[in-house]
Amino acid sequence: MSDKEVAVLGVGMHRWGKWGKNFVEYGLKACRDALDDAGLAWKDIQFVSGAETIRNGYPGYVAGATFAQALGWQGATVATSYAACASGATGINAARAQILAGMVDVALVVGADTTPKGFLAPNPGERWSDPDWLRFRLMGCSNPTYFALYARRRMEAYGATEEDFAQVKVKNAKHGITNEYARYNKEFTMEQVLASPMVADPLRLFEICATSDGGAAVILSSMEFARKHKVDPVKVVGVSTVTPTYPQTTIEMPNITTDSAAVVAAPVRDFKDSIAYAAYEEAGLGPEDMSLAEVYDLSSALELDWYENIGLCKKGEAEELLRKGETALGGRIPVNASGGLACFGEAVPAQAIAQVCELVWQLRGQAGARQVEGASAGITANQGLFGHGSSVICSK
Amino acid sequence: MGKSVVPAIEGWFTSGAKPHLLGSQCKACHTYSFPKEEMYCKNPECESQEFDEVPLSRTGKIWSFSEHFYQPPEPYISPEPFEPYTIAAVELDKEKMVILGQVAAGVASADLAAGQEVELVIEPIYEDDEKVHTVWKWKPVAS
Repeated sequence: MSDKEVAVLGVGMHRWGKWGKNFVEYGLKACRDALDDAGLAWKDIQFVSGAETIRNGYPGYVAGATFAQALGWQGATVATSYAACASGATGINAARAQILAGMVDVALVVGADTTPKGFLAPNPGERWSDPDWLRFRLMGCSNPTYFALYARRRMEAYGATEEDFAQVKVKNAKHGITNEYARYNKEFTMEQVLASPMVADPLRLFEICATSDGGAAVILSSMEFARKHKVDPVKVVGVSTVTPTYPQTTIEMPNITTDSAAVVAAPVRDFKDSIAYAAYEEAGLGPEDMSLAEVYDLSSALELDWYENIGLCKKGEAEELLRKGETALGGRIPVNASGGLACFGEAVPAQAIAQVCELVWQLRGQAGARQVEGASAGITANQGLFGHGSSVICSK
Repeated sequence: MGKSVVPAIEGWFTSGAKPHLLGSQCKACHTYSFPKEEMYCKNPECESQEFDEVPLSRTGKIWSFSEHFYQPPEPYISPEPFEPYTIAAVELDKEKMVILGQVAAGVASADLAAGQEVELVIEPIYEDDEKVHTVWKWKPVAS
């Protein structure tokens, strides 16, 4: 049993979409919902942990303070985390650390974003020492490039097919059809997915996640504080924000090379395998204990990599798991019951927090039509560029 | 008069009939890096700040590849109209690292496969009014 448990008292989200409003509005809605869900007042919050957005100017850089001010300054301490797509998990870990250290009893974690249309692009200017800029200038290497390289690798190494990738989209679209927070509530057929335009071979338009606006918040507290306020809350029992171990031998966004394994041998666990492993270790749980998983399907093919990275099956067996329906609702271990990024699109600083919101609703039995029966524990997994791991395990 | 031909980035590769990428090798632990390491060795067991510039293997094997059908955002400088291109991830055997690059012009993605041997070539990546800018690309070795 983990000795690092904290309680999740409340969760809240603003629906994902392309609303074109200020990101603060989405985050505020999520915060208000989370406070209501927890039965707490804003003045009860002692620490605000913000996940940063880099696309909304200074207020985005200081997200923690921005939300504290928007809710009305009440003296709470703040911090803001940036870890790209892992920012939400880093924000959760910052709040958890303050709680476990006894510095605060109750904390609010919030992330929200307003995103531009189309490909996520690097910051403007001539930045010859920034790998995120260089990859575009020197070879036109966009985010889908990496997703496509991993997808093609699965085809070459494990015999994955275009139909497998399309099936992930079909599954997730079906999962998310009644999710009121998802941007898309639309079923897709295999034929529709396979008829969508090829973007980065072998990935098609409907298999690559969109960028979205959205906001998500969770309220965490010490177990002692929780006992006073709520019976039997869902608990966060493991959080992983690990970085890679040298040499990092898998090509990772935004790099155009891996480390060299010529002198120092590759680590026992590849970076993406090490992310969930650290969360399992901390929780004292394993993949066999999980009832569901929320993983980062930036592309439909990437979801298959995650099955292996979080230990649901061995390397090369993800396609079989998918084909047998084990990762669909009603299967052994439903993955992305929320609909995943396929239904949400990505709102970077909110996404890892939204994954935790879904686990909490599922573990409380509040997930409605997408409820995983008898869910007792779940894991989220995600990765932020520049070496940020992100995994959260929740249990009843 | 024709445009002058210049590397898109200085000091990353050589030109000529047998071009190489220019990496670095740590003087203490001998680990390789590309792009060249200029500050601290990335090996956590090594505190060296001294490196030799070394040419990297100019052939390797394809790990994966992908043809792109949509124009990426700036700072990519695209021909007008946009032309699809392929990116390959190539494993260098001696250095045990993977390096990305576009695949040479005229090579069809359908003719590529994991494990295939490719060699480094220098080709144009974009041009402006005065200059043609070049970069490394991967090209299947004629068998």
